This record gives sequence, structure tokens and C-alpha cells, in this order.
Amino acid sequence: MIHVFAFYLFAVITIASAVTTITARNPVHSVLWLILAFFNAAGLMVLTGAEFIAMLLVIVYVGAVAVLFLFVVMMLDIDFAELRAGFVKNFPLGLLVAIVLLAEMVLGIGAYRAGAMDLGTPDGAAATPAGASNIEAIGGLLYSRYLFLFEAAGIILLVAMIGAIVLTHRQRSDTRGQKISKQIMRRPDEATVNVKPEVGKGVQL
Amino acid sequence: MDWSQSLRLIAPEETLSVAGLVLLLIAAWGGDKSSRLISILAVAALAAASFLVAPALCGGAMGPDTSAFFGQFRADAFASYAKILIYISAAASLVIAPKFFDRFDAMRAEYPVLVVFAALGMGIMVSAGDLLTLYIGLEMNSLAAYVLAAFLRTDDRSAESGLKYFVLGSLASGILLFGMSLTYGFTGTTSFSGINSALSSGLSHGALFGIVFMLAGLAFKISAVPFHMWTPDVYEGAPTPVTTFFATAPKVAALGLTMRVMLDAFGDQAAAWQQIVIFISLASIVVGALGAIGQTNIKRLMAYSSINNVGFMLIGLAVATPQGASAMLVYLAIYVAMSLGGFVAILMLKDENGNFVEDIPMLAGLSRTRPALALGLAMIMFSLAGIPPLFGFWGKFVVFQSAVQANMIALAAIGIAASVIGAFYYLKVVKIMYFDEPADVVKGENDIWHKIILVASVVFISPLGYLLTKWLGGLADAAAAALYFSL
Repeated sequence: MIHVFAFYLFAVITIASAVTTITARNPVHSVLWLILAFFNAAGLMVLTGAEFIAMLLVIVYVGAVAVLFLFVVMMLDIDFAELRAGFVKNFPLGLLVAIVLLAEMVLGIGAYRAGAMDLGTPDGAAATPAGASNIEAIGGLLYSRYLFLFEAAGIILLVAMIGAIVLTHRQRSDTRGQKISKQIMRRPDEATVNVKPEVGKGVQL
Repeated sequence: MDWSQSLRLIAPEETLSVAGLVLLLIAAWGGDKSSRLISILAVAALAAASFLVAPALCGGAMGPDTSAFFGQFRADAFASYAKILIYISAAASLVIAPKFFDRFDAMRAEYPVLVVFAALGMGIMVSAGDLLTLYIGLEMNSLAAYVLAAFLRTDDRSAESGLKYFVLGSLASGILLFGMSLTYGFTGTTSFSGINSALSSGLSHGALFGIVFMLAGLAFKISAVPFHMWTPDVYEGAPTPVTTFFATAPKVAALGLTMRVMLDAFGDQAAAWQQIVIFISLASIVVGALGAIGQTNIKRLMAYSSINNVGFMLIGLAVATPQGASAMLVYLAIYVAMSLGGFVAILMLKDENGNFVEDIPMLAGLSRTRPALALGLAMIMFSLAGIPPLFGFWGKFVVFQSAVQANMIALAAIGIAASVIGAFYYLKVVKIMYFDEPADVVKGENDIWHKIILVASVVFISPLGYLLTKWLGGLADAAAAALYFSL
């Protein structure tokens, strides 16, 4: 019973916040709705007993991606004074969201205590090996059965990195890079010179 | 599963990944000065990989011996056929690149590295035996392709094409992933053979949605109508050697992948997707033909021509028989030769200052100023239009023959009628080159490598190509048999 109730709560809020992510006019609000959607997706994962993936969702997406998105959003031209203006007016809404989140957490923990939901997969291929935790089960598959794909995924990340560098890195003529070997090779007697410039003439360095 | 056997089967992939990593190190230390050396080594690596896949193709490898890593990867004759086409196209786009980029002072050491990794990803795509392999190969290829499209950073059109390709490509990947997740949800497995056996008891609505979404995502990647809008913009904006690459290798890879998914994973459900493929193929033929008429930029014209050709190839898929698959593979090989030749010829159109000429009106009277180049381009245009005795006719002929054999005469008839519309704009280019007053623009000198590739592809599509029909047909039959064996 608690499973079904928790499932529908998480599912409905995930979809609703995903819709608002798209429809929100303010990009900052979009990002915040997106975080809410990720949190609820993580809740769904917890319900199915995949707590490791739930953790990954929160850490990877909510943590890194949301912060990254916020950086991008910060670069847009947004009037933050105007944003803060509605604080008191929107306080009840914020309180409501907080209460919903609290209720979700209580429900989620309750459902998790009651055991994982039955996914009803057609064959038993997706079943967790008995006695193994999520992380052990994933690691066992990732480094044996899916080794080829795991390595190939590594190359994808490398390609993405090469791409980012190719498209953004450029040699600038107006900056001077540090040449460490040259600095170390330098001797004190080369570093200082005595010159007697004539009056009114510059010094050639 | 035997690990050493699996590792032996992925030898071409291992060669390319090690080569890519080593070349990247050379690029990191040598800088852009070493780009020539890296290009040569990359071509050598692609040649080595071709030699490694050749035995599987000549021996017609199929069956369980060709399946690696629990069926996730298949190194059969079909994969080898597609891989050889991919490696040849990738090598050609490396050979023609330095002269183009030198003009903009933009030859960078990462270009060959990215092409090698893209070729690796495309090899994984055509070898896919699992939805996960499919997606990883596709993303490896796509990510490299997005960067290659935007490679000329100083050129706004190149940046625009890279951005467009990236945004639309990500959307298509999302649609494809959605279809894959539906398929996985309703069959409980990601392996193609598993999906096939899970669906043998009947197709649920959810799985049908999965097929439709996957087909939509794949149609984007092969630039079939109605997911073709990005093609002219990207082909026009991307640097010409990169466009050459886009028009050949990724087309082969995506079509090969589509064949694998449709004929293998959903092979028993042909009735469910056949009408979609028929629509896509006819729409591509018609839109490709009509859209090309108004174009004045020759790269955009070639983009519409590729949409049109993809439509003809999809007729081979729509009939869903081994003959159809084999016809499609024959057409693919001829199409690759025509596209390579066409884009290399475009690359050779330079004015006296060495700027690249892309406007079709500027080609007026080319036959009088540069008769050899005009003849090459004219032969490629005739071949693309499918006019006998050129080899392009043979590709269309085998595809229509397979449709007639499968009793889909209406499909073949509409296809033939539409190819007449298509012939119009190819002939228009020939008319401008041969019968208009010379515009006298194209005067620049050309690189020997461009000439070699143009001559090679023109000889291949000339009537001499018919000497190869038996050999090419035999290889395509072996490849199609391997594709059908894994059912």
C-alpha cells in the first residue's frame, strides 16, 4: 500500500515538475524545477530498490549538473533584485514545496524499509544477485559482462574532452606562457646586468 | 563466452583505439606541426583495420563464431562489409583535408584523431548486437562529428553548422533513447536476439511505440524525410572535407545500424515497421528531388541528393528480404564512390586566388575551361541520376529489382517515377557546365591527391564498374546472409 502511494506521489511530481521546467519563463525557475524532477526520479529509484542509482542521480545530476546549469543561467542577463522582490508573496508556495518534499522523504524512507517494489520484468535477467549490494552487483556486471561497452564509454568521454579543447583552446599572441625549464636554467649572473645609459636615451633589455 | 575469442574478434576496434590514443599523444607533444605525420599514420591505421576485417567479409563469416562479449558485438560479414566502406571513406576524407585546411591556416593535429575515433564509433555501430552497443557506437561517432562540423572556428557558417548538428543530433539521440527504453521495458532485454525472441509471441502497443521512436531517431541519423532538415545546413556550413566524411561514412554506419535493428531485433515484426519505412523512403526520394531544384549552392544540392539516395536505399530495407538487404549494400558501395567523387570534385573548384567556389552559376562553361574536371563532375551527376551506362544505374536497378521480386511493384513504380524528377537537377548542373557561356571563375591549381581520388571514383562509377557487379554482388549477398543468419 505504501509502495503504491509513494510511487504515484513521486511519479506525479516528477512529471509535473518536468512540465514546469519546460513551461517556466524564468530560466532560474526552470533549473530549480529540474532539480525537483531529479529528486523525485531518485525517489522512484529508491522504491525499486536501486538505492545506488538513486544516490548517483542526486550526486551527479542534482549536484554537478544543476550547479553547472546555474552557472550558465548566471551568465544570462537576469535581474536578481526583481527575483527577490516576490519573496514574501511566494513564501507560502515555498513552504508548500518544502512540506511536500518532507512528506516525500518520510514516505520514501517508509517504502524503502518495506522492501523493494516488484518490477515485473519478463525474465529474471534484471534480478539482483542474492546477498550482493547494489554497488557490488553493478560493479560485477560492469567489469565483466559489459567490459567492452565500459571501455568504449571511456573513449566517448575522451572524444568529448578532445572536442571541448579543440573548439575552445587557442594560442593567444597577447599572453606570455610560463617556461619553467627556462626559468630554472637561468643563472644569477645572467639575471642582472649593469648598464650606463647616456642621458636621454633608453635602455635596451 | 571465451574472452580471448572476443578480444580477437574486436581486433579492428583495438587497432583503431590504440592508434587514436597514440596519435593523440603525438598531437599533444608535436602540436599542429605534426598534423601531416598524424594524418599519414591515421590513414595507415585505417588501412590496417581494413585488412583485419577483410577476411571475415571474404570468408562470409556468420553465426555464433562471430559473436563477441555475450552477443553485444558481432564481427560478421555484414559488419565487415560496412566497416570497409567506412574506413575507406574516413581515409579519403583524411587525405583530402590538409590542402583545404591549409588555405584557412586551420589544419590541426586533432582532425585525424577525431576522424579515427569517429570511424571506431561507426565500426561499433554496424557491429552492434545490443541496444547498449548501438547507443555507445552512435554517440562516439556523433560527438566526434559535432566537433568536426565546427572545426573551422573562424568561419561563422562552420560554427553554425556544428551547433545545429549538435542540438538536433542530441534531440534525435534522446528520441532514440526513449524508444530504446520502451523496447527494453516491454521486452526485458537489450540484446537484439533477446528482443526478437521476446516479441515472437506478439507485439504490444508499448513495444510498437518503441519501434516507432527508434526508427525516428535512426531516420534522423540517416537524414531521411521527415527528419532531414538539418542536412543541407550542416553540409553547407561544414568544411568540405568534413562534408565529404558526413556524406559517406556516417551514412553507411547509420544505414547499417538501421538494417541491424530492423531486420535483426525487429525482424519478425516486419509488418509493423514496413509501412513506416516505405513512407520514409518515398518521402525522402520526393523531397530530396524537389528540394534540390531551387538550390544554388552545390554543397546544398549534394545534401538533397544524399537525402534522395537514402530514399532509394531504404526501398531495399522496406522489402525486408535478404535480396533487399543485399541490393541496399550494393547501392551503398556505389553511393559512397559517387559521394566521394562528387565532393572531391567540389573541393577542386577554386578560383584564381585559391578560394573555394560553391555557387552553381559560377560553374558555367566549365567544360571549356577545365574539361577534365567538368567531365568527372558530369559523370558523377549522371551516375547519381541513375542514367545508364554509368554504375549508379546498377544500384537503382538492383534495389528496384528486389522490390519487384517481393511483389511491391507500386513501391518500385513510384520510386522510378520520382527518380525522373531527380534527374532534372543533376542534368541542370551538367547543362550549366557544358552549354552556358563560360563564367571563367574556376582556375585554381589542384593537389595530386584530389585528382587521384576523383579519377579512382570516376573509374569505379564508369561503365567499367560493371565488371565488378558479380564480385560486389557476391560480397553483398554474403553480408546480407550474415545479417539474416543471426535471426
